[in-house]
Amino acid sequence: MVEIRTATIEPIRNTFDHVAKVLGGDKPASRYLEGTLKLQSEANFHYQALWDKDHALYDPARTQIVMQDWYAFQDPRQFHYGAYTIARARQQEAAESNFDFVEKRQLLQFVDDAARQRMAQVLVPLRHYEWGANMNNCFVASFAFGSMLNVPATFHAMDRLGIAQYLTRIGLLLGDVAAIDAGKEAWLHDPAWQGLRKSMEDLFVTEDWFEVFVAQNFVTDGLLFPFAYRQFVRDVGVQGSTVAMLVEFMSGWFDETTRWIDSVIKIAAAESEANRALLSAWYAKHKAIALAALQPLAAGPAGNPAAALEAAAQLDARAAKLGLQVGGAA
Amino acid sequence: MKLVYIAFQENEEASAVIASFIEDNPSATVRRYPAMVRIEAEGRLTVRRETVERRIGREWDPQEMHLYIISVSGNVNETDDEFTLSWGQQETAR
Repeated sequence: MVEIRTATIEPIRNTFDHVAKVLGGDKPASRYLEGTLKLQSEANFHYQALWDKDHALYDPARTQIVMQDWYAFQDPRQFHYGAYTIARARQQEAAESNFDFVEKRQLLQFVDDAARQRMAQVLVPLRHYEWGANMNNCFVASFAFGSMLNVPATFHAMDRLGIAQYLTRIGLLLGDVAAIDAGKEAWLHDPAWQGLRKSMEDLFVTEDWFEVFVAQNFVTDGLLFPFAYRQFVRDVGVQGSTVAMLVEFMSGWFDETTRWIDSVIKIAAAESEANRALLSAWYAKHKAIALAALQPLAAGPAGNPAAALEAAAQLDARAAKLGLQVGGAA
Repeated sequence: MKLVYIAFQENEEASAVIASFIEDNPSATVRRYPAMVRIEAEGRLTVRRETVERRIGREWDPQEMHLYIISVSGNVNETDDEFTLSWGQQETAR
């Protein structure tokens, strides 16, 4: 008889001290926390930014939002590099198989020309919007303080390029290269798109990164995604069902990222009255801009003038739930 | 009452499930071995989908757990919402 014995060796420590402090004791920690907490450099900067004498290289004062602890922003999805790439790889596989299915069976040939054109007119120019959203999230990622926001903002920026690529492929399926060119032309010159284009370009020169975050990810996306990828595709009706399959990634992605974006706004608003007031003011300001930008799109190419207002009502409800003051003097 | 137990490989995926088992079964005993965690309790052990989902921040199917279970003892009752080990009278799913 062989007796197998095991010796239990207690680990001296389960995790890093800075992670233990957040967990309230030395417990086994998730990779998300170990890989994200306290990555921000806070001292001993060797170089002052020549282009910005008023701020340190990494400086919490680059936004008017004030936080006692910038590490409060835990991502409910707990995305670190591994978790993020695994989640996106799964979604990409599903999206690829949808595209394959549509291409192999040539499903778009059953869509009549008018519907095809209408969908190209609304969806293809959005690839330029996505590129802008990538820029804005890169900006947030580079200037946000504390690694809890920089990391997901980087993921978010990459996602936007992915969405732009899907839109390009949808454009190619709908109308080949001509549809892509027409989309750029519309983004640059069609009056229906100029409001949205101007709002994006204004965000490129907005200096407060938290304001950019609110305006881009919460307000403009919060209006545009339900409007373009849900309501509009539904409005196209039976003719739009094939394209609905191709924009399913955007729809699912919107739900997933909403959880992260909402948690950021909620945590910042709950921190102080000053934050809440500031966020509410940014919300009101950018909602007015984004709504004015979407209305000509809803009334024009999308053909449903009420759609923008419906999206706005949904967004108001979302903002109110996060503790923002919505509308009027409430 | 007889003991039921479940043993997991100790890895990143399993650690959230282990923590959820501990949360859902306050009377359970946790034994940590090299690369293995064994949770045991008198008569019954349950983990709820909601508890795990709250921890990992995504949808979770109790069947995912089978990838890192080493061993169980007890009758298994598995639904979409929970995974239960017990001896004796099973609640039958209707």
